[in-house]
Amino acid sequence: MTTTTELHEPVTSYDVGRVKNDFPILRQMIHGKPLVYLDNAATTQKPQAVIDAITQYYTRDNSNVHRGVHTLSERATAGYEGAREKVRAFINARSIREIVFVRGCTEGINLIAQSYGEKNIRAGDEILISAIEHHSNIVPWQMLCEKTGAILRVVPVSDDGELLMEEYEKLLNDRTKLVAVVHISNALGTINPVAEMISLAHKRGIPVLVDGAQAAPHLAIDVQALDADFYVFSGHKVFAPTGIGVLYGKEALLEAMPPWQGGGDMILSVSFEKTTYNALPFKFEAGTPNIEGVIGLGAALDYVSAVGVDNIRQYEHELLEYATVRLNEFPQVRMIGTAREKASVASFVIEGIHPHDIGTIVDQEGVAIRTGHHCAQPLMMRYNIPATARASLAMYNTREDIDALVRAIGRVLEVFG
Amino acid sequence: MDGLRELYQQVILDHNKNPRNFSRPASTNRTGEGYNPLCGDHYTLYAEVNGDVVTDIGFQGSGCAISKASASVMSSTLKGKTKADFETLFRAFQEMVKGEPGAGSGIAEMGKLAAFEGVSEHPSRIKCATLAWHTLNSMLQGQPDVVSTE
Repeated sequence: MTTTTELHEPVTSYDVGRVKNDFPILRQMIHGKPLVYLDNAATTQKPQAVIDAITQYYTRDNSNVHRGVHTLSERATAGYEGAREKVRAFINARSIREIVFVRGCTEGINLIAQSYGEKNIRAGDEILISAIEHHSNIVPWQMLCEKTGAILRVVPVSDDGELLMEEYEKLLNDRTKLVAVVHISNALGTINPVAEMISLAHKRGIPVLVDGAQAAPHLAIDVQALDADFYVFSGHKVFAPTGIGVLYGKEALLEAMPPWQGGGDMILSVSFEKTTYNALPFKFEAGTPNIEGVIGLGAALDYVSAVGVDNIRQYEHELLEYATVRLNEFPQVRMIGTAREKASVASFVIEGIHPHDIGTIVDQEGVAIRTGHHCAQPLMMRYNIPATARASLAMYNTREDIDALVRAIGRVLEVFG
Repeated sequence: MDGLRELYQQVILDHNKNPRNFSRPASTNRTGEGYNPLCGDHYTLYAEVNGDVVTDIGFQGSGCAISKASASVMSSTLKGKTKADFETLFRAFQEMVKGEPGAGSGIAEMGKLAAFEGVSEHPSRIKCATLAWHTLNSMLQGQPDVVSTE
């Protein structure tokens, strides 16, 4: 299968206008105002290159993968497996055998909890997570604890939204069998010191899972440099379709894990007496996979790489600083999450105005933000708030977008004044 | 801008800022809890019911402007009304916020409840406007469960 994804010239000075122009959905009016999309931590928009890759797949190459000998099947297989190599390169994994396609981060974490967890975790063992996890990195572990009698421990967080590293070190002990921690908090934007956390855990021989849902679109991921044992991310947060995600696992760990779901594709041979499981990564990919999703993911990672992950990070860092300064101009606005290392997220509350009212009013100004608990209810309890309003950035957002948000918040204060 | 003023009418802004009956009445014989965990809207409602008449209503808690104003307007509208009045108004109110044609027409008591007509343009906010109503309904029917409209 040939790819139609056109690679961009490397950008030296970041050309946000050009990036924005690649996202057709952004060219529309909402309530008579230009759409300003600031809900990227929930899901990102898709560039034309991704839409084209999926269209081409269905207009030219659609077929099932791995088994057919006909031309379409060979094209589909080449596209699917080609995307696996793109993912490997994107996160700098050693081997494509370490790249398992799943539905998303949530499914990746559940796979590890059920396959790795049920094999290796026993009653009295401890699983260590942090206070700023998304529900998807809390609930699968609670379910595992319920099944096995293991205990869930939680690393506390400071008022600024930084994990208390001394407490983390103290919580690591001989009973700790797994650490599961988010790379970037979806609700606060905190970038956790995952390399340091992994290194501390490894001193005690404890494996670490990193939830990279929010990291993939914002910073360079190098699973070997991090020495992560497991790393998961979702396609739709990195400009690819929904319903596709990636589980990275060190080969030796994945090799030792039992299969998760049974079915076609994950077997080498089946008889009623004995079934032989397939090699990695296919052992964990039962059934016909999300082929269009994988192809879309490959195109999305091509796009992100062409723009340049480091360019994106630097640009977004400046934009987040701008947003923070502008939002702080309102004395009524209080930022939630003021860690030193942050990416993409400006979460805030306004005294006396519920976030849902903020969200409804700014939508009337064409500005899409998220309001609610961001699937992080324990975190909301930690800060004693029911919800926040959250503006989250992506590589196509501009200073004008932030100005529109600021104007819209002005409207909120006017209405509730 | 029009859409915004239709939703956040003066009555709603006023009742949000200065909610009426925003306390526990001296004498109550019914209590109910309305909680939408996804939103965080969370209220406790109190009512004193004598025979068929709701003689007093109060509420406490927190949530968005729509949910709080709805509880406030409901409490002032229904104080002294019968259970049958409640049922009529509850039905009319639900039809109105869901945007059903002709809803509430001919019902004189709609009064300030009509301020919530704009909610029908914002389907994600219907649950806010109806939380207190469903909670009171459950209390009047003697059901003790926490009520959610999510």
